[in-house]
Amino acid sequence: MERNFTLVVLFAALIAVLGLVPPIPLASGVPVSAQSLGVMLAGAVLGSVRGALAVLVVEIIVALGLPVLAGGRGGLGVFAGPTVGFLVGWLPAAFVTGLIVEKLRGLHIGIAAGLGAALGGIVVLYACGTLGLMAVLGKGPVEALMLSLPFVPGDLIKAAIAGWLTATIARYRPGALLSRTR
Amino acid sequence: MLSLALPGTSWAHRLPVGLKFGALAAAMLGLTWLTAPLPLAAALGATAGLYVSLGRRAVAEGARALRPVLWIVAFIASWQVWEGAPLLGLTLGLRICTMVALATFVTLVTPLPDLIALIERLARPLARFGLSPRLPALAVALVLRFIPVLRGRMELLALSWRARSRRRPGPRLIAPLALSLLDDSDHLADALRARGGLAPRPAQPTQGRD
Repeated sequence: MERNFTLVVLFAALIAVLGLVPPIPLASGVPVSAQSLGVMLAGAVLGSVRGALAVLVVEIIVALGLPVLAGGRGGLGVFAGPTVGFLVGWLPAAFVTGLIVEKLRGLHIGIAAGLGAALGGIVVLYACGTLGLMAVLGKGPVEALMLSLPFVPGDLIKAAIAGWLTATIARYRPGALLSRTR
Repeated sequence: MLSLALPGTSWAHRLPVGLKFGALAAAMLGLTWLTAPLPLAAALGATAGLYVSLGRRAVAEGARALRPVLWIVAFIASWQVWEGAPLLGLTLGLRICTMVALATFVTLVTPLPDLIALIERLARPLARFGLSPRLPALAVALVLRFIPVLRGRMELLALSWRARSRRRPGPRLIAPLALSLLDDSDHLADALRARGGLAPRPAQPTQGRD
């Protein structure tokens, strides 16, 4: 109980700290922040429920007004803005990432984590983000999706990195991989 | 690691936290009902008035929070103008700016301790599921404690990487950061267990003479 709690708390802190890493611009000029990498990692390492709980802790802290989102954003204003779907979408994103790692037990952990991160952190997250953009901006699905497409290449790279990082963690701290234990 | 809340004891700081959040929720609902630009502009003006009543620092903070939203709003508004519906672009822009500004205002005038007390109050039903209602507040406090720790460790890792290599560290430093975090987690769990653990406190047995 205590150990699960502290893992959730510390992954929440990791997601927050990754928001402080300065974004790296891709060749296309689109900035890529490391923060959603933390969301993918939380799901892949902690599993579906605990990964989503870690994200929930981050979102509570954002709502409390602490500037922990990439670019020093935070506060209730973020939940009222057009990108709210991407923020709230972190919850199902981490959940689905963890679920895939849990279900594909036969697969090598790095590959399962990369796959989960791509499905959860890109497909599910963009679906939520697009719904949010549609709701706030009153746009159709195609236009809303076009707003977020420039970020896909960066997120594909992040999914691959998440797979590699999860494999590294599995090698050195197999006991901490709650998504695969028990 | 500082909260976005402004220090001070203005009229808005002194309002009860439940009232602030209730009013915010009502205002959000009201703003989605408004579809004409004129009432929306009035709402934005009233929100600006709230900021002005708190002084220059509040206005500056509000403008800072609005800046990233303005980019998207400008993009959408110009899109609407191009599509021949400038009025729709105007209402949309006004509504989003007002909503974000109002929510940011509540954040600016609500000190962190008030919010943590609110969380504890909202978490009270957790006791019914055998969980301690202190859990969410404890989680928030621990995350706030560990953000500067992890940040300092990340800077150390980057420094030692630069001492060994001329290349950029890139994301590879996240691996040692995550591994060190897992060790912290074990220590923290031991420390929590040594202090009585996370289970809700059992009712104090009444012993002794009094």
